[in-house]
Amino acid sequence: MRPNLVLRRRGWLLLLLLAVAILLPPWLGTYYVRFATQIAIYGMAALSVDLLLGYTGLITFGQAGLFGVGAYAGGMLIVLGVTNAFVAWPLAILITMLFALAIGALSLRTRGFQFIMVTLAFAQMLYYFAQSLRNWGGDDGFSTQRRNDLGFLSLESHATFYYVVLVLLVLVVWLCHRLVRSEFGMVIRGIRDNERRVAAIGFPPYRYKLVIFVIAGGIAGLAGALMANHAKFVNPAVLSWQLSGEILAMVILGSAGSLIGPVIGAAFFLAFRDVLSDYTEHWMLFFGPLLVARVLLLRDGIWGMLLRATGAGEVPKEPKVDFPEVPKPTAEEKPGAGP
Amino acid sequence: MSEFLLEIEGLRKSFGALVATDNVTLNIRTGETHALIGPNGAGKTTLVGQLTGELAPDAGHIRFAGRDITALQTADRARLGLARSFQITSIFPTFTAEENVALAVQATEPHSYRFWQPAETIERLRKPARKLLGDVGLESLGRRIAARMSHGQHRQLEIGMALATTPVMLLLDEPMAGLGMEESRAMSQLLASVKGRYTILLIEHDMDVVFSLADRITVLVGGRIVASGTPDEIRKSREVRIAYLGEDDDEFAGGLDAPG
Amino acid sequence: MTLALLIEQLFNGVQFGLMLFLMAVGVTLVFGIMRVINLAHGSLFMIGGYFLMAALDWTSSYVLAVPLAFLMSALVAVVLEIIVLRPLYRRGPLEQVLATFGLTLFFNEAVTVIWGRESIPLQVPPLLTGSVEIIPGGAYPIYRLVITGVAIVAGLLLYLLITRTRVGALIRAGSDNREIVAALGINISLLYTLVFALSAMLAALAGIMMGPLLSVEPGAGDPILILTLVVVVIGGIGSVRGAFVGALMVGIFDTLARVLIPLAIQTNATSALVGMAVYVLMAVVLLFSRTGLFAAHRG
Repeated sequence: MRPNLVLRRRGWLLLLLLAVAILLPPWLGTYYVRFATQIAIYGMAALSVDLLLGYTGLITFGQAGLFGVGAYAGGMLIVLGVTNAFVAWPLAILITMLFALAIGALSLRTRGFQFIMVTLAFAQMLYYFAQSLRNWGGDDGFSTQRRNDLGFLSLESHATFYYVVLVLLVLVVWLCHRLVRSEFGMVIRGIRDNERRVAAIGFPPYRYKLVIFVIAGGIAGLAGALMANHAKFVNPAVLSWQLSGEILAMVILGSAGSLIGPVIGAAFFLAFRDVLSDYTEHWMLFFGPLLVARVLLLRDGIWGMLLRATGAGEVPKEPKVDFPEVPKPTAEEKPGAGP
Repeated sequence: MSEFLLEIEGLRKSFGALVATDNVTLNIRTGETHALIGPNGAGKTTLVGQLTGELAPDAGHIRFAGRDITALQTADRARLGLARSFQITSIFPTFTAEENVALAVQATEPHSYRFWQPAETIERLRKPARKLLGDVGLESLGRRIAARMSHGQHRQLEIGMALATTPVMLLLDEPMAGLGMEESRAMSQLLASVKGRYTILLIEHDMDVVFSLADRITVLVGGRIVASGTPDEIRKSREVRIAYLGEDDDEFAGGLDAPG
Repeated sequence: MTLALLIEQLFNGVQFGLMLFLMAVGVTLVFGIMRVINLAHGSLFMIGGYFLMAALDWTSSYVLAVPLAFLMSALVAVVLEIIVLRPLYRRGPLEQVLATFGLTLFFNEAVTVIWGRESIPLQVPPLLTGSVEIIPGGAYPIYRLVITGVAIVAGLLLYLLITRTRVGALIRAGSDNREIVAALGINISLLYTLVFALSAMLAALAGIMMGPLLSVEPGAGDPILILTLVVVVIGGIGSVRGAFVGALMVGIFDTLARVLIPLAIQTNATSALVGMAVYVLMAVVLLFSRTGLFAAHRG
């Protein structure tokens, strides 16, 4: 198929999705506006994981830690009286990026198995830290009472808030789209493909990985701050390791290595939970095996399948990840392995 | 500048009881093509690892262009102009051939913290990349995804990427490995074309290539240098014959008797 | 008095460390031999406690219930290995992480469905109640002494198994080179099943013994799992010795931090420091060694 046609089809698909996101929730009612807001927020968090997973080859199991830092920072700022979103949200992003810098600087010293475990452990450390914040409700968390405002515009209306979140999501996707195709993006994708080679041609991989880790942290922080606004409530659950796992699951369900996949994955995850919750409180009983089945039976996420079904291109089937402990018998390594 | 571009002095590396690099001292003149040969397990790969900075030596020093680089990271050595190709093909499989080389060109810039302009539109990277693809004989394959190229093309791409970093010295780790006859011919032509333009350390098992290209040859056995000299001296050295493969090895003798 | 308290806490720390060792050795063996990251390891700890509780309900006897719980855990492990783990051996680390995470979600919910959401207290076996004076003025619960002893015995048996037996030789060979094991014509899938069952039984043993100390509740394995992973990171993945040293370090450090930090600092930050102590330890170790103290695989 001609590349132009593929691109045009993908464009139409994206336009269709955007139209659905704009028109469908308000038509369905307030409940679904709030539901769609959640999708957009988790989608943004999942996107931040995919920058690391799908584009840099780093498996992080601690992104909820940074999402939670953003949520706590965002919530605290509201309570402390910083109500203007133009001040509060960049501040929350900045704070999260500082945390990401510290966590990334340490955890990126490790690779593979250790990296997964260390990111998980640091997120857990933040979880215990949040639990111990007695002035902020400890285990119970705290209520923000209200949302930020845009100065001229109140965000208390669920619909207004939804569209603001949607605009931010589209903005973030667009920025990431530029990022992954930029010179910097080539370096991190190079690291995903072959970190050793990247070092051999003269890029210090650690520094580039740290920069993308901090950028992804900032995106997760924004998502967290939006979550504090959305729920008007923050508790340590936003930092839990289950949430880290769920975000990772969203990325894989939706297709890693694409910028839309994670958002679709978030939509699928939340819809799955929402529908099943109507029938049983034990929806996890089904989600766990679903995750196992996705991993064992399918090689592709929803967005990947959608693209192929509509002839609009494809996404990488399985992200190549940094895992030096396991020798990968990939095709390009087989020949010439010795004289 | 000193007569020598790369100076290795008293380099030593052991893994447990195995001494892989045993007090290696070796100087490589600016502009020469220096071949490093030796049987399997002689410690060539370990030596390369220490030269590129992937392995830290237990003792000894490495100087490059007069500067002690023993403690430098891989990337920093590359930036000083020490480029390498890999024994086992090492490319970016999801990139196109042109992107592979363009990323190597990009590595010559002070940094790549540029987040906005799509890399494919940056002619400053793409033009030299296309030219280099032509130089290594891949001009028509610029848009091919690297994973879908043949092994021989991968080897050519490797060289192209090494050249793209505007190196002073090339460290070529068995560039002929696994090549078919036709591909071998193309590769030795390619190597002959870069000879003289760069200082080259060539690790290679193909004796025809070694004896036809090298200005000097060093023989490594059991982590130790047993001989170093011009191809003629190496060819005549009885010591090398014995130490290297035993006296009556046909392959080696063939290489000795019929160079080129 | 303070000294007695300190010694008592040191005992507690060692005991907790040994429990973590029983967990960590399973994670490190399964990774070292099968190259699988098993995030469901905490679930095996949790179901150990639940099975003990259920077995007690049926038999009303610890003597019968403990072996029964142990066997049931092993059975679950074997089924798990055959259905889920086997297909995962050939998959990448990401898929392993997600699938075993999915298992954890499933098990946490499954025990909720069967036994409810509330935490269930377990009694210390009547024979083992009471305490003894280990040093003058310091009474120490017999139960804790006994489980410490059991953990030591389990550790020694494991050591003998790995160093002295044919299965152990296979385990060591497998962790070095699985092609060799396969080339020797040894049934590798049986070996894998055995290793996984062994790791699961050790986790269940820890869960059974910790049951009366902690309470049995959904998600009880999660915090233990994360501490176990910290142990593995500190000790170095794939190394049994690393798991042992790391587990004792974490166990003692965590226990002492809980006692000493509140004595030293009494501010709002106290509980935060206590909760974070172990992670700070991990961060410090990582600053000095990227691959942990006894790295078996260089990264």
